Amino acid sequence: MSALFNKKYLPFYATVLVFVAIFLIGGGIYKNFLSSRVFGNILADNSFIIIAAIGATFVILSGGIDLSIGSMIGFVGVCMAVLDSMGWNPLATSLVMLAFGFGFGAFQGWVIDELDIQPFIITLAGLFLLRGMCFMVTINSVPINHEWADLYSDIKVGLPGKGILRSSALVMLASLAVAIFIAHFTRFGANVYALGGDKESARLMGVNIKRTTVLVYATGGIYSALAGVVYALYTKSGYPLAGSTLELAAIASVVLGGTLLSGGVGTVAGTLFGGMILGLISTLIIFNGSLNSAWILIVSGIMLFGFIVMHRFLVGFFGIRD
Amino acid sequence: MADKMTELSPLRRILGGRAIWPLLALAAILVVAGSVSPNFFDIRIVEGRLFGNLIDILYRAVPTAMVALGMAVVIGTKGIDLSVGAIAAVSGAVIAWRIQAGDPHGIVLIYALLAAIACGVWNGALVAFLGIQPIVATLILMVSGRGIGMLINLIYGGTDPSFQSPFLQGLSTGSIFYIPTRLFVFAGLFIALWLLIRRTALGLFVEATGANAGTSNLAGVNARLITFTAYVICGLMAGWAGVILTADTHTSDPVSVALYIELDAILAVVIGGGSLAGGRIYLGMTVIGALVIQALTTATLISGLPPEYNLIIKALVVLFVLVLQSENARRGIMSKLGRKS
Repeated sequence: MSALFNKKYLPFYATVLVFVAIFLIGGGIYKNFLSSRVFGNILADNSFIIIAAIGATFVILSGGIDLSIGSMIGFVGVCMAVLDSMGWNPLATSLVMLAFGFGFGAFQGWVIDELDIQPFIITLAGLFLLRGMCFMVTINSVPINHEWADLYSDIKVGLPGKGILRSSALVMLASLAVAIFIAHFTRFGANVYALGGDKESARLMGVNIKRTTVLVYATGGIYSALAGVVYALYTKSGYPLAGSTLELAAIASVVLGGTLLSGGVGTVAGTLFGGMILGLISTLIIFNGSLNSAWILIVSGIMLFGFIVMHRFLVGFFGIRD
Repeated sequence: MADKMTELSPLRRILGGRAIWPLLALAAILVVAGSVSPNFFDIRIVEGRLFGNLIDILYRAVPTAMVALGMAVVIGTKGIDLSVGAIAAVSGAVIAWRIQAGDPHGIVLIYALLAAIACGVWNGALVAFLGIQPIVATLILMVSGRGIGMLINLIYGGTDPSFQSPFLQGLSTGSIFYIPTRLFVFAGLFIALWLLIRRTALGLFVEATGANAGTSNLAGVNARLITFTAYVICGLMAGWAGVILTADTHTSDPVSVALYIELDAILAVVIGGGSLAGGRIYLGMTVIGALVIQALTTATLISGLPPEYNLIIKALVVLFVLVLQSENARRGIMSKLGRKS
């Protein structure tokens, strides 16, 4: 029981609390807001951001950063659409794209470790490279019409009330469960935390830095690719500019979820709530109807500010880093 | 191994130097562009202004180079500023707002720059006084800044954020003695910043703070104040880029103005030999870095390749320059060279 009240989880509890509070406030203002239908829609509409953010959580926990997320989502999307128009089965394409994401991420991790260059710069080159490749695949918006894609979008599970969990939300929850298992119940997960906490100590403790770095970015890559697959099947199209600046939303979700960008502290589950807080904000502003979309950006910024200052306070007050 | 490193041949000393690679990259890009398109280096006078690819590279590199100079100072303190594009959007929105409000255009310029400085003060306060990690602290303004710009546009209705201003457009797209005016603006800013960094102790303090904030504090440098100042300078430079870009299109477009400029600016600093680990400011080389990025873009367009290839070529050249700059890779190349001779 005392493990549940570990001070390490304070940022996570704060995130969950804020999510519930915003949801309740929304329910107070708008009739029908506090329903499983809205909840299910928030999960489905933000599933690709949350999936990408889960991958980014591993990278950030290890003390790195991955800017190539948005471009990966765009690239996977156009490949899905173009291969679909060539008669490929979406399931086969998805598997190929996941393998590509894993390989591309692993390559980024290898370069970062081998050349000892900041991950910021290498993944920035990755951002440019993948976005350029999007335009080489196609410069048009290409629709996805395949009976398997229709089958996929017909999958849904009912929630108590009138809500439903769509297929993209189900994929997201499944990938979250896998991520929680990897982060907290495998040696690799422990190595990621160790690497992000203190690289030199991790090395001295016998963590294989190179292997861990390569695998961390490969995990980030495969999750970004999965986000791209979900996004493409959700919108049923591929567009070369899709996913621009989504890396920003993913990183913001991770930060809101209580993970420190300096690495070593945070939880994968927190990222789910961080992403849902961002989704909740835009849903609330859309519900209002009269507010300009500029407010989504500004309120998101204010939330980020509040959380970051709160983390700073928690870290200073409770010594979470120790 | 250590003995071998000390007695380097002149060739290897040059190969091992930092400054040579960006210059070599720039020269290589220009030579390739020149061989692909024979009249690449032509410069002619049209309507009282110099025209040509070389002028075009300088002209288009100005906004990125301005932002990159500010970024170089921030990176010198071991920081980073992700919000420069958002700051440019805010200053652009302030221009449209104050012109619609009927202010004299010289005053409008000052308002726009003051807004940018205010953004820099916000970033600087978060990093220096609240002690928040730079990448997180500036993420806040990066996320919300373009929204603030859109709100400023809404203040006066927001339906038509375009404006006419001979003064501001003159600064951006005009020319003096056949030379584009924005090059003079840039030269003025560069000289002012160079004097501030290299002719006062500020540069030394910034580099000391970036190398080791704790030690420099003990040595009597007010590391917090220095860090704060760096973000204010960076905000001001981003504001200038916003002025040039907004006056160029004479419309305020917070959503897409200066998009990805933070990435190009950071790249320019890194190509110029600056390390994200802080402790070094290379103003001149940063400008070369910005020119490398723009020359690459222009050369891709001139060579007749589809513009879509630009991003890929950019990524590959960046990787190439980084590999050459990387200590590990250089050591690998050197040991191979050594084995051969």
